Amino acid sequence: MSNVKQIVMPGDPVEVQNLKPRNGVYKCGDNKYCSQFFGILQESEQFVDVVPFTGKYVPRRNDKVIGKVIEIGPSMWIVDISSTYTTLLHMNDAPWRVTSGELKRYMNVGDYVYAKVLSINEIKESWITMKDVGLKKLEGGTLVSIPAPKVPRIIGKGGSMVNMIKDSTHTRIMVGQNGVIWLDGAPENVIVAIGAIRKVEEEAHTVGLTDRVKKYLEDKKGEIVGNSE
Amino acid sequence: MPRDELDVMSEIKRNYILQKIRKDGIRADGRKLDEMRKVVIQTNFIPRASGSAVVTLGRTKVVCGIKIEAGEPFPDTPNQGVLTTNVELLPMAFPTFEAGPPSEDSIEIARVVDRGIRESKMIDLQKLVVEPAKQVWIVFIDIDVIDYDGNLIDACTIAAVSALATAVVPASTIGQKDFPLPITCRPASVTMVKIDNIVVVDPDLEEEQIASARLTVTMAEDGHLKAMQKGEPGFFTFEEIQKAIKTSSDVGNQIRDIYPK
Amino acid sequence: MRLLGTASDKKLFDENGLRLDGRSPGDLRPIRIETDVLNRADGSAFIEWGGNKIQVAVYGPREAYPRHMQDINQAFVRARYNMAAFSVDERKRPGPDRRSMEISKVISEALQAAVMVELFPRAQIDVFIEVLQADAGTRIAGLTASAVALAAAGVPMRDLVVGCTAGKVDGKVVLDLSKEEDNFGQADLPVAIMPKSGKVVLMQMDGDLSIDEFNEATSMIFKATERINQIQRDALKKNYANTAQDWGE
Repeated sequence: MSNVKQIVMPGDPVEVQNLKPRNGVYKCGDNKYCSQFFGILQESEQFVDVVPFTGKYVPRRNDKVIGKVIEIGPSMWIVDISSTYTTLLHMNDAPWRVTSGELKRYMNVGDYVYAKVLSINEIKESWITMKDVGLKKLEGGTLVSIPAPKVPRIIGKGGSMVNMIKDSTHTRIMVGQNGVIWLDGAPENVIVAIGAIRKVEEEAHTVGLTDRVKKYLEDKKGEIVGNSE
Repeated sequence: MPRDELDVMSEIKRNYILQKIRKDGIRADGRKLDEMRKVVIQTNFIPRASGSAVVTLGRTKVVCGIKIEAGEPFPDTPNQGVLTTNVELLPMAFPTFEAGPPSEDSIEIARVVDRGIRESKMIDLQKLVVEPAKQVWIVFIDIDVIDYDGNLIDACTIAAVSALATAVVPASTIGQKDFPLPITCRPASVTMVKIDNIVVVDPDLEEEQIASARLTVTMAEDGHLKAMQKGEPGFFTFEEIQKAIKTSSDVGNQIRDIYPK
Repeated sequence: MRLLGTASDKKLFDENGLRLDGRSPGDLRPIRIETDVLNRADGSAFIEWGGNKIQVAVYGPREAYPRHMQDINQAFVRARYNMAAFSVDERKRPGPDRRSMEISKVISEALQAAVMVELFPRAQIDVFIEVLQADAGTRIAGLTASAVALAAAGVPMRDLVVGCTAGKVDGKVVLDLSKEEDNFGQADLPVAIMPKSGKVVLMQMDGDLSIDEFNEATSMIFKATERINQIQRDALKKNYANTAQDWGE
């Protein structure tokens, strides 16, 4: 799987052969498929996808996301998840016993929440929930935003990239599928971790990235607090 | 183009129109694909204006008034008269038209109508000079749309051309003799829309609402193209454009036959 | 924009049949496109085409406001073409005028044909086109850069959009009008297409062209769009020199 991938643009023909065309491609003729995006052509065992280099987050059911409360209604919070659309968190999907009109007490405008996508309808209205393990209102820490298509790079195969960053910098990191990332730890460590994240963001499309991030973290060892030397 | 009051055309009506066009090659009102609706032109409707025309194109109705006044030429064209075109979509013409500054629709219509008249050199602007660089005749073309049932560009062009063709320059206001506005030709605009992959001439409101793209071609008696405008978010193939040019030549001649002499 | 009737002894061709700027009738002016030049915007591009300098920024797709403007079936593309006050010889009063509004409209419509708006109900995509220096053909240059900015923003599209102008000067059909040729020439024909299919998404014309001249002009335009489309593609690719290996799961 180490072949150099092909860059495609909107309208470029995509060779499908015996694979199934999936994300980022559309039917542009009889048995012909074309790319929707400026991005990378990706072939797996079953599917052909085009992964855009950047773009807004598109919510999927069960995705864990980090969002910011931007408005409060009588029975729900309106949350910005850096997508084309805002999403709704109903008071019944919060972990507290909330009474109508009292939502501000638990979460106010400007608060951040780690939640899960519950459902989406055809006109892209969506709902999120906090009722699952690990979901909560975020306190403290800091936030960093990257384009959603680059999240898989930050996470890495089986979590390898984000775990490497976490371990080297002794920080807690939660990655939302929508590209919002929460970090917590000693300030110096968080700075190094953010540096690593930005590096991945800028070089997401390149070969040999894992090694370069590893080197970056090693070079920064001296700036990391809590390293038993 | 302006949408209907429900902002949604009923599926039933839409399918009916599509079916008739696809299957029978006939439109919902019985017209052939390249057939215009009935045009009625009445000139000199507003005696106080220098020229005027009321035009009905099917159920679309517009009024054009020409005011000609003496004034200063533009600094970069000191030896020419001035031509300016404006279109008002009056609230009375349609339930969702609102009063206020010109919408992008009314601006587009005015500019396309203006280009057809200007580029065909219908008015010999050099004959509208009173005193070079000091005083020229300014021709104001104002068109009020009072009833909207599709194809405002052609209705407005017909009205403007008819009003101009019968207009008189009120030179007596500056102590000279009135004279007819000097006309060199009569341009005709032909607007077509694309429904599915079929191009029809002179769309009514319902056809405009289901059309994906619009093309206006303006030509004069010499058979040359003077102005073109593709509108709406759809597309035309180049072959469709070439065919449309040919159609507009034929239909344009029909319009010219109805223009006031 | 044509200055009609200026008694112009201006010869627009020299004795070798070359145009004022030294070009042959079928030559394009130099074009350069750069992407990702702005930070805030979701996508951006900068184009230099002849003396044109135009900045484009894309925001979106985002929920359309006000609410009553929302179309529950699809997004709409709203392009705003604006000329900076300092972009033209005689200072232009800031703000939209009728010409800018019409240009904004036809550009919006052209882009709307290419963007997969049906994927974003209730949303809008804003395309801001700022002409910093104008040198004829600004709407086509702005549109050509807009397609690049949209692709760079990760907006799904059927194809890019690419355009070129042609016109008639001293009775001869020429490609890519310069400022003088636009002012003193006899016809102006901006056209934009989706290059893979050749579908025409923008076309306007003013002046005088016989049908043969129109065909000659459009033929020149179609050929030129191949070259310009390649410039668009190269601009997009430029920031992605080493393509990725495993994207990660």
